[in-house]
Amino acid sequence: MPASDSRVNSPKLSRQQYLDLYYYMRLNREVEETMTRLFRQNKIVGGLYSSLGQEAISVGTAYALEKRDWLAPMIRNIGALLVKGVPPRDIFTQHMAKYTSPTKGKDGTSHFGDLENLHIISPISMLGDLIPVLTGVAMAGRYLGQKIVAMTWIGDGGSSTGVFHEGLNLAASQRAALVLILENNLWAYSTPVRRQVPLENLADRAKAYGITSYIVDGNDVVAVYTTAKEAVERARSGDGPILIEAKTFRRRGHAQHDPAEYVPPAQREYWEKRDPIALYERFLSAEKLLDAKGKKEIDEKLAALLEKEREFAENSPMPPPELASEGVYCSGPECHELQPKWERPIDELLPPKSCVEPVWTVAGFGHGKGSSGGGAPIHFGDTQVAPNGPAEAAKPSVTALANPAKKSLNKKPPAAKSVRRGKARR
Amino acid sequence: MAPITFLEAIRQAMFEEMAADPRVVLIGEDVGVYGGAFKTSEGLLEKFGWERVIDTPISESAIIGAACGMSYLGLRPIAEMQFIDFIACCFNQLTNFVAKGHYLWNAPAPMVVRGPAGGGVHGGPFHSLSPEMYFLHTPGFKIVYPSTPYDAKGLLKASIRDNNPVLFFEHKFLYRRIKEEIPAGDYTVPLGKAIVRREGQHVTILSYAAMMHTSLEAAEALSKEGIEAEVIDLRTLMPLDEETILNSVRKTNKCLVVHEDTKTGGIAGEIAAILSEKAFHDLDGPLVRVTSLDTPVPYAPTLEEAFLPNAQKVFAAAKSLARF
Repeated sequence: MPASDSRVNSPKLSRQQYLDLYYYMRLNREVEETMTRLFRQNKIVGGLYSSLGQEAISVGTAYALEKRDWLAPMIRNIGALLVKGVPPRDIFTQHMAKYTSPTKGKDGTSHFGDLENLHIISPISMLGDLIPVLTGVAMAGRYLGQKIVAMTWIGDGGSSTGVFHEGLNLAASQRAALVLILENNLWAYSTPVRRQVPLENLADRAKAYGITSYIVDGNDVVAVYTTAKEAVERARSGDGPILIEAKTFRRRGHAQHDPAEYVPPAQREYWEKRDPIALYERFLSAEKLLDAKGKKEIDEKLAALLEKEREFAENSPMPPPELASEGVYCSGPECHELQPKWERPIDELLPPKSCVEPVWTVAGFGHGKGSSGGGAPIHFGDTQVAPNGPAEAAKPSVTALANPAKKSLNKKPPAAKSVRRGKARR
Repeated sequence: MAPITFLEAIRQAMFEEMAADPRVVLIGEDVGVYGGAFKTSEGLLEKFGWERVIDTPISESAIIGAACGMSYLGLRPIAEMQFIDFIACCFNQLTNFVAKGHYLWNAPAPMVVRGPAGGGVHGGPFHSLSPEMYFLHTPGFKIVYPSTPYDAKGLLKASIRDNNPVLFFEHKFLYRRIKEEIPAGDYTVPLGKAIVRREGQHVTILSYAAMMHTSLEAAEALSKEGIEAEVIDLRTLMPLDEETILNSVRKTNKCLVVHEDTKTGGIAGEIAAILSEKAFHDLDGPLVRVTSLDTPVPYAPTLEEAFLPNAQKVFAAAKSLARF
């Protein structure tokens, strides 16, 4: 069972961490369920996108970040925003286009950010654009001496964009501390992944950039978290960008309007039985981390919180019309005082210390992963279980994970948790 | 000080800003080892090191995206397009991501995108573009297109210090063809201030970049015919200095706009609309446009000459306008 695999794969989680993951997944789902009700009451101004069944990915990956780290969500990563510290009212007011929303009604959905405190960059609807932006964040972080990691997400569909390639290639050539989560939910709107990409595993895209990749069961929150945690720490230590493919399934349509009748019923049934929250509840119960009383407390806590947050949003005003013409340009220091947070001596970056000898090589470059250089050779095609991976009996093969669409016709869920591709750390 | 070229003015501006402010970094194709395709960044790598002068893969969207991400952490990146024509490759990243950030989610992107623009050097259809109007139509950018070494240096410095994304177009025809003595030390030229290059009372000629020189040449010829043209260098298209334009037109009552960009959708049409709204009763004649043809920039010298405005075309148009 996936739940017991999680235990094997995650010896280091504290009780509080286990419960945090549960709380945030529940919060993610309840926030979205609340919005579905609001949508049916015509209180959501625009579209509503669901991450039902994908909560383990948003929550498990973002939970691996530290406060100083940066993220940029995609449309199905409300869970990541909640983990990073965004209050549910911000999600509600955004969708309801209220003046109290982070964008004051100028944009909706998860399209908002916070440069100052939470280190969140707003997504845009054009897929892939965030990858070079987060690469720049990682480059600037390194330049400033901040030791940060930048994380963003992309779907199976978005992984075919040109800027996905440009961004990941730049990140690789810069060895930027970028962790890219590729959520393979099997569908890009109505087009199945098999008709988008001629690859068994989208993690194989990493080969093109000579970077490390992982494949993880996206419906197992502990596996997602432990994989992301390892990737984040490797990226932070200078290993360069890392791609994690999380295998999952989009349980609702592209957005609320889409009944997704193009999805084969057997596939849907298979994944509905693998609901990440239900799976995790069984695990928590078996591990005696959560009992009926504890669950009831969380139910009540969530209900009270979301009632309060929803009321705040519903009682908030729409933005005043005159706001429409404001804010295209920053008017200067009185509008934004822009100062980076230096965590290294500035004089390192100014002449004469910053001068270089005119020798046209970059230290470490050309000796990175995937090259024949001596730095960190990788033998692609080697597939090995992470050192903290499942015990011998549960050892997966790549093919076990290779084709969830096909697997959906089987009754047995994949046993694998996390498969690291590429060689162990240097 | 000895007079310097336009190219050297650009290089000095970047050099001085980088020397004074560690937030300023340069990112682009061949900007480091090679010093830029036109040598605008020559010597910067040796002075400022790999961390601040970043050679990239041929990936314009990634250059813009990364520069924007860097700006969000408080840096002030200068992103170079090797030729400004290639800015089309990152159109989405610029217009949808960079330009909208401040309006939508209060995220200023203090970055400069700069590169060689314009024709007249037989660069052909993909190395001669004047793409400023693609971006003028997108709220959120400032757009600079200087005509002299003094302005190039002062405007680039002001652009780097600006909190908004600035598109800085450098006319490559001017790179090595004009020289100017510029003051020693730090100075800036504010964005949004046009300048009267030549005073006159009979007709106003509005222009910018290389066409400003063409307009001045035409003005000298017009003077010999007794027509005194007032030549105004717009310097920046966004913000556009409406005050200077209106003051001049209220004096001359006639306005000619000269630009190298193609005619349809060029800045001349926008200026015509502004004058129609704000100076309708001051005009004694129609606003006249002298622009490039509505075609791609052709390669053969004979064709490119026919494509571009020149002093004769400006002279003829101004002379006929002056008769009103």
